[in-house]
Amino acid sequence: MTTVVAQRPKSLSDVVMNYCPGCTHGIIHRLVAEAIDALDARERTIGVASVGCSVFAYNYFECDMQQASHGRAPAVATGIKRVLPDRLVFTYQGDGDLASIGAAEIVHAAARGENITVIFVNNANYGMTGGQMAPTTLLGQKTTTTPLGRDPKTDGFPIRMAEMLATLQGPAYIARVSVHSPQAVKQAGDAIKKAFRLQAEGKGFTLIEVLSTCPTNWGLAPNQALKWLVENLIPFYPLGEFKKEEGGA
Amino acid sequence: MSEPKLMKGNEAIAEAAIQAGCRYFFGYPITPQNELPEYMARRLPEVGGVYLQAESEVSAINMVYGAAGAGGRVMTSSSSPGISLMQEGISYLAGAELPCVLVNIVRGGPGLGGIHAAQSDYFQATKGGGHGDYRLLVLAPGSVQETVDLLQEAFDLADKYRNPVMLLGDAVLGQMMEAVRLPRDLDEPLPPPPPPESKVWATTGAVNRSRNVINSLYIEPERLEKHNWHIQEKYRRMEAEEVRYEAVQVDDAGTVVVAYGTTARIARTAVDEARRQGLKAGLFRPISLYPFPYQALREAAGRARRVLVVEMSCGQMLDDVRLAVGERCPVEFYGRPGGNIPTPQEVLDRIAGKGGEAK
Repeated sequence: MTTVVAQRPKSLSDVVMNYCPGCTHGIIHRLVAEAIDALDARERTIGVASVGCSVFAYNYFECDMQQASHGRAPAVATGIKRVLPDRLVFTYQGDGDLASIGAAEIVHAAARGENITVIFVNNANYGMTGGQMAPTTLLGQKTTTTPLGRDPKTDGFPIRMAEMLATLQGPAYIARVSVHSPQAVKQAGDAIKKAFRLQAEGKGFTLIEVLSTCPTNWGLAPNQALKWLVENLIPFYPLGEFKKEEGGA
Repeated sequence: MSEPKLMKGNEAIAEAAIQAGCRYFFGYPITPQNELPEYMARRLPEVGGVYLQAESEVSAINMVYGAAGAGGRVMTSSSSPGISLMQEGISYLAGAELPCVLVNIVRGGPGLGGIHAAQSDYFQATKGGGHGDYRLLVLAPGSVQETVDLLQEAFDLADKYRNPVMLLGDAVLGQMMEAVRLPRDLDEPLPPPPPPESKVWATTGAVNRSRNVINSLYIEPERLEKHNWHIQEKYRRMEAEEVRYEAVQVDDAGTVVVAYGTTARIARTAVDEARRQGLKAGLFRPISLYPFPYQALREAAGRARRVLVVEMSCGQMLDDVRLAVGERCPVEFYGRPGGNIPTPQEVLDRIAGKGGEAK
């Protein structure tokens, strides 16, 4: 008799993904799919893909999906949720999409306590367009548009979105997680599951920021990228829960 | 039909939309259309609908996108600068083939412009507005009553073509009070709108079917071209089936005045006065601005000595009139931009060949 110990989540499509070797988007997709499966909610979940490396997420999740314009996924998710309040609605957004062009949409969706779950993947640069500076790029970090390293005098400072949004009354749950190790992946999965569960319970806005690697644009091998994340991103973007089951709409 | 009721244009639009089954409204304040969202904020919760004030017009149009994709009967309204902000989202709505109704209570521009009535968004409304090859079905009512009547059709047309429909009004139509008959009295119960699941393509949850995707991205050129030809085919169908216009006394007219919306009412007064004075004038009033009634106007112009286009702009519909008329007769223009309204006397003077060069 055989026992299945691991299998593809029902909510994850059986397709080849476009992500670069060593990129952690694939792991995060799986965690989101597992969270949907944990609630047995594939048939009542609508996801919103954004613009960036994860633009094709609408091909990777096996639930109904909408593709949003750049930065507007929280507004699109709001429209879906207001029509279908008993469905689970999530957005999957990168740091350029959420923290730069979509800053207004994420702040106001959070302030409204919109009952949606936001998966915010932070890899400290614009991956899809070739590695330009993002609002999350660290000081001194080299990108194609900060070739000498990000200089606060000309390029400003990085934004800690999880902490900033946690100052609002609307959100029910905000956490930052990482996927650099098996233990971190487990913790990230738990946080994402919690966010979806809180949404299902009608608790309000939930956001999980996931620190992610970009080996291609960081110019690092996959294992070196994981090391760079631990040594550079986590000190500036500490892991933890910043808002716990308060507020909400 | 309700008893006649004195209503402000903006409020009549809101009530007419609700009676047409609209249950979702996302908007952002801007003059001169504020009474419309304010009415929605009061009335939609009473009928089980949702009013939401967005953080910007950019956000509002994307909420419309999400709600339309989820199968809701949804609309937004704004005025010129706000509609400009929505253009990216409108392009996405057209690309993703989502039905919704957009109301533009046009004010003067460019830039912040003013808050008085204008018709200077004609190009934006009828020629695409945002990026890419797409069209909106554009309806231009000439009275508060016609606004109410056209809205009953607008949502069905949006569903029929899976395309945004724009109602192009102006500050006069929005702010003016007129007697209107609504489909139902205000205290009459409304039938429930069709459930979102009745739109089989909508993202309502993949129950007993493969998943639905709302999307306008086609990364392979061949697929994008195919998608473009598919939506173009809808525009050709609109051009064949949705042309709407009114022609008044054009059969024997030497001068055919072409005007739409508020301006057409002014022109109508001038045409009637011209007839009283023995001048053979007629009025051709496009109601659908896209599709534009080229053929009907071409026929009307074929019998006329001249065509006079009157607009509250520096001449935008003028281009379409010229395309329709061609070399059949001269096309003259009289327009007032900036929130100024042509008077019947000014139009009458032009019909009579007085008043100097076209403004």
